[in-house]
Amino acid sequence: MTPIINIEKLRVTFGKGDEEVTAVKDVSFSINPGETVCIVGESGSGKSVTSLSLMRLVEFGGGTIVDGRMTLAGENGAIDLAQADADTMRDIRGDEMGMIFQEPMTSLNPVFTIERQLTDGLRVHRGLTGQAATKRALQLLKEVRIPEPERRLKQYPHELSGGMRQRVVIAIAMACHPRLLIADEPTTALDVTIQAEILALINQLKRETGMAVMFITHDMAVVAQIADRVVVMYRGDVVEEGPVEEIFANPKAEYTKALLAAVPRLGEMRGKAAPEPLRLVGDTVPPKPITPRETPELLLEVRNLTTYFPVKGGPLRRHVANVHAVEDVSFTLNKGETLSLVGESGCGKSSCGRSILRLVEPTSGSAILDRKDVLAASHRDLRILRRDMQMIFQDPFASLNPYMRLSAQVAEPLRNFDLARGLELQDRVAALFDRVELPRAYMRRFPHELSGGQRQRIAIARALSVSPKLIIADEAVSALDVSVQAQVLNLMMELQADLGLSFLFISHDMAVVERVSHNVAVMYLGRIVEIGPRAAVFENPQHSYTKSLMLAVPIADPRDRKQIGDLNFKPIPSPMHPLSYTPEPSRYETVGPGHLVLREG
Amino acid sequence: MRGFMTGKGLLGGGIVITMLLVAILAPLFIPDTFATRMDMRARLSGPSLDHIFGTDQLGRDLFYRVVLGAQTSVMIAGAAVLMSVVIGLPLGIISGYYGGVIDNVLMRLVDTLLSFPALLLALTISAVLGPNLTNTIIAIGIAFTPFLARIIRGEALRVAQMPYVEAARAAGTTDLKMIIRHVLPNIMPAIIVQGTISLAFAILAEAGLSFLGLGTQPPDASWGLMIQASRDYLDVAPWTALVPGAAVAITVLGLNMFGDVLRDVLDPRTQT
Repeated sequence: MTPIINIEKLRVTFGKGDEEVTAVKDVSFSINPGETVCIVGESGSGKSVTSLSLMRLVEFGGGTIVDGRMTLAGENGAIDLAQADADTMRDIRGDEMGMIFQEPMTSLNPVFTIERQLTDGLRVHRGLTGQAATKRALQLLKEVRIPEPERRLKQYPHELSGGMRQRVVIAIAMACHPRLLIADEPTTALDVTIQAEILALINQLKRETGMAVMFITHDMAVVAQIADRVVVMYRGDVVEEGPVEEIFANPKAEYTKALLAAVPRLGEMRGKAAPEPLRLVGDTVPPKPITPRETPELLLEVRNLTTYFPVKGGPLRRHVANVHAVEDVSFTLNKGETLSLVGESGCGKSSCGRSILRLVEPTSGSAILDRKDVLAASHRDLRILRRDMQMIFQDPFASLNPYMRLSAQVAEPLRNFDLARGLELQDRVAALFDRVELPRAYMRRFPHELSGGQRQRIAIARALSVSPKLIIADEAVSALDVSVQAQVLNLMMELQADLGLSFLFISHDMAVVERVSHNVAVMYLGRIVEIGPRAAVFENPQHSYTKSLMLAVPIADPRDRKQIGDLNFKPIPSPMHPLSYTPEPSRYETVGPGHLVLREG
Repeated sequence: MRGFMTGKGLLGGGIVITMLLVAILAPLFIPDTFATRMDMRARLSGPSLDHIFGTDQLGRDLFYRVVLGAQTSVMIAGAAVLMSVVIGLPLGIISGYYGGVIDNVLMRLVDTLLSFPALLLALTISAVLGPNLTNTIIAIGIAFTPFLARIIRGEALRVAQMPYVEAARAAGTTDLKMIIRHVLPNIMPAIIVQGTISLAFAILAEAGLSFLGLGTQPPDASWGLMIQASRDYLDVAPWTALVPGAAVAITVLGLNMFGDVLRDVLDPRTQT
C-alpha cells in the first residue's frame, strides 16, 4: 500500500543567525490510508510544528522548512509539499488535507453563520454554491451528529456549546472529503464527556470515509483510545514508532518508558487503601502510601456553602438573575488528608475553593477552619486566617509576577505577616527552595527563566512559606506536561506525608484524583452529587452522573476502547436562574461508611 | 544597563541627554539678549556664516533662539507631563484596582474633562489663571491628566485580574503593598510609552497656547512660539519653520526611542 503522506528527514527551524532554533530535527514517518497515526510528545517536542509544516502553515508563524521531503500521494502523481508553491498549497489545504485545531472557541469566526463557514471550502474547492452548498453543509452537520442540524446552519458560533463547535470544526475539515485529516490536540480544551464523544466521532468518520488521520496529542490515554500507530517525539526527534499495542505493552525507548510510567491510569489504585506517589523511571524505592492518622482530627468543616454570581442585564444593568455557582455544599476535611473536588467545567469546583479562601464572597454558609469561621471573619481577621490556608493556582505562567525576583515572591507571605526579617528571611526562603527541589541559584531569577513545572514549584514554595494547615490546589497540575505533572504530584504527596498538610485538590482529571485522594467529592451544577472515601466512589459509584463521568474517562490501555454507542451524555443545563428561584436543599442518602449520594429527581 | 547599548538605545539616549544638557547649560553660558537681539537689516536671511540657522522676521538669530528656547519647551513639557502623571497615576490605579462606585465616580469626572478638546481645556485654564510659565504648565498638565488616568485605569484593571494578584491576596498582601509591589511594576511599560508620547504632544500644546498669546510671552523664545511665528513666512523663509520644527521632531524621536528602550530594559523578560 502506498502511504498517503510520507515524511522524510524533515527539518524545521525558527529565527535566523544566532537566534536560530531547530524545532524539528530529523523526522521521518508515513501515514497509510485508513490509518490513525498519533504523534505524541510533551510541549516543545515539535509535534505541532510537524503538523503545521505538513500544511505549510509553519511559514506563517516564522518557521522555515530547511530540509526534507513530504510526499503527498495523489491521483495525478505525487507532490512534494516541501517544494510546492503557494497556489498548489492553497488547492491542497482544506481539499486533500483538512485540519482541526485545539481551541473550538477561537477557530470559528464569530461574525459568520455556521452555514457560511461550512460552505466556504465547498465554494472554493468544489465550486458549489446556493442550494447545493447548503444541502451539502446540512449533510455534513448530520455526519458529525449535531442535534437539530437545520437550526444550526443559521446560528452563530457563540450560540453553540464547546462540543458542538468542535463538531462544526470537524465538519468544516471534512467538507471536501480530505484524504488526510490533521487533528492538533482537538480534545484538550474539552470536558471529558465531550472529549469521549469527539474521539468516538473521529474514529467513526475514519471508518466511514477511509481517510487517514494524523492525531497530535500529549495525552497517552487519548492515544490508547484512538491510535493505530504511534510516533513518539522528544525535542524535535522521533524516539520511537510502532503499533499502539506494541508501544503500550512493550515500549523500547527510555523516553517512552518514562512517559508511560508518569501517566496516572484510572483504576490502577484499585485495592489500595491510601494514596501513594507514582513510581517513576529511575525510582529504586517503591513509593510509600500516605496513610491517614489513626485518630482523624477535623481541620475544615464546610456547611451549606452557597455562592451566587449576579447577572446584570437590561439598559440600566440591573441585577436580573443569578448564576448558582455553588449550591448548598457541605463537606469535612481531616488533618493530613486530601479531599478532591472533581467535575467538569462550570460545575462550581473552582468557585467552591475560592469561596473558602474568600477570593470570591460566598452568599451564605460557613467554613470552619480550626474552630474559626472563615466566612464570618472580618477583613482584618481574614488576613490572619489566610496564614493557615494557602492556594496554588492552575496557570504557572500567570500566577507569578513577571517583574519580581523568585526569592521575593516566595518571601512575600512571610513579609506580609512579618514572620521573618533580614538574614532569617533569606535562610527560610533558601530552605523553601531546597524543600521544593529547586537549586538555590534560582532565587535571583525571574519567572520567565523557568519552565512551567519549575514555576509551579515556586508557587508551592510560596504557599508553604507560612506553614499553612490547608492548601487549596486549583487544577494545580493541569497545565503541566505528564512527566512534570508526575513530579509535582509526587512532591505534593511527599510534602503531605512530611508536614501533615491537608489538600483540597480541585481537578477535572479523574485519574490524577484517584492517585492523590483520601476522599472524593463529585460536583455537578454547583452541588456535590457524591462524596465518600476514594475507593468507595471510584469502585462503587452510585450517582448517575458519577457513573457517566467514569465511563467517559479515556483509559490508557488500547485494549479498552470506547464505542460511539456506549456514550450517551446529557448536556449540562444552565446554572443561571431568575432571582425568584429558590433551590431545593441538597439531601443525601448514605450508601456506605462516609459515602453519601445526592437524591436524584 | 546593557540594554541601552543598542543602536536605538544609544541614539535615543544621546538625543535625550543632549537636549537636556542644552536646556540646562545654554542659559548659563549664553546671555538672554542673544535670542532677542534684533537686526532689521538681516530680516529673514537664510543660513549663513553670521547666522548658521538663519534669522526670523525681526532679524533675530534662529540658532540662539532655538538653543535658548529649548529650556522653555523642555521644561514646560517635562513639568506638565510629570504633573499629569502625578495626578493621573493615583486616579487611574485607584479606579482600576478598586473598581465599583469609586471607579464610577472618578471615571465620570475624567470623562467630563475628556469631553473638552485638550487644547481648549488648556486654553480655558490658562486664560483663567493668567499667562505665565507656571500657569502654562498647570494648564497643559491638567489637560493631559484624563488621557493618562484612562490608560492607567485600563492597565490597572487588567493587572488587578491577573492570577498573581489573586495569589498575593491569598498570601495576605495588603492593598497598599499590592499596588506598590504588583500593580505598579506591571503597568510601568504603559506609563513609559504614554509618557513619552505625551511629552511630544505637550511641546506642541505649548506652541498652540503661545500662538494664542497664552503661553510663552514674546520676546522670550520657545520652539512652539517660533513655529507659530513662522507661518506667514513659510514661502519666503522656510528655515524659520524648519529649524524649530526639526528641534521638536528630533526631541520627540529621541524620547520615543529612549522610552522604548527603557521599557525593554525594565522588563526582566527581555534580559538573559
